[in-house]
Amino acid sequence: MAGLLLWAITGLPGFGKYPGQYGDLINSVAVFERHVTNVVTAVNFDYRALDTLGEEYILFAAAIGVMLLLREQRGEPHYRLPEHPHIPIRRSEAGRWIGLGFIGVIIVFGIYIVIHAQLTPGGGFQGGAILGTASVLVYLTTEERIYRRVTPKWLVEVAECAGAGGYALIGIAALLAGGAFLQNVLPLGKTGDLASSGTIWLINFSVGLEVSAAFSMLYLEFVQEVPERTTKFE
Amino acid sequence: MTAFQAVLLILLAAGGTVVVLTRTPRKQVIATSFYGLLLSLLFMATQAPDVALSQLAVGAVAVPLMLLVALANVRKELHK
Repeated sequence: MAGLLLWAITGLPGFGKYPGQYGDLINSVAVFERHVTNVVTAVNFDYRALDTLGEEYILFAAAIGVMLLLREQRGEPHYRLPEHPHIPIRRSEAGRWIGLGFIGVIIVFGIYIVIHAQLTPGGGFQGGAILGTASVLVYLTTEERIYRRVTPKWLVEVAECAGAGGYALIGIAALLAGGAFLQNVLPLGKTGDLASSGTIWLINFSVGLEVSAAFSMLYLEFVQEVPERTTKFE
Repeated sequence: MTAFQAVLLILLAAGGTVVVLTRTPRKQVIATSFYGLLLSLLFMATQAPDVALSQLAVGAVAVPLMLLVALANVRKELHK
């Protein structure tokens, strides 16, 4: 087996040499056709937008699966430990202060990555994942009560469904406007502007919304399984 | 292959070995998170910043966090 793997590795093209044609073709064409400077986003959300639709729904289905599986356990009557209710786990002071300082930075950074999808590296998924970690940083620096109040369940669910449905609605709107499903039918604007590249920006916004809500929901479901009380002297 | 990429690949091999050789699950989670960070650096060095951002958010934050929460859940079952 190891011999076969070694033989396969030595048969690969050299490190960094790209033998296909599609990459060079897209590089020469995408900036002028779609008025973007991030060609990866153009491929993901315009040339191959249908594949990204499927990818986003994978994350959606995974979040729903986690919610279904973890809801069963919460119905059990002996779920919470009976002694010492509401004693929070002690967090370290240095970690708390640094974490609290970073929450705002992470939120701004996540929003920047989402809305500059067609200009800088990143996009909807990356910015959404970063925004999800901002919500869990609240849990890591304060206690579970405050975390559950800051990310309410109904808001996260509504945001996730709005993001997932918004992607399909943009595609249907493109159908109604006379093009193909998910075709770029909005005005393209100037390259390098924030409001360029038509539907790519809208799709990225809705994907960012959906991914951040899905990650927040995953963390919410997982964290609710952890008992926020341990022995009395931590 | 630049020197930076070569150094990162060697560090990745060492990091993978460290993750496998760690015995307690809690320390293994921290080692996994650091390995995810090294992997994200490799993706940056090979000029794939989108993948690097995704790997950073998922492999160095989300997955170790869920592993830690699962470990805490197992400890709760043991103490019950």
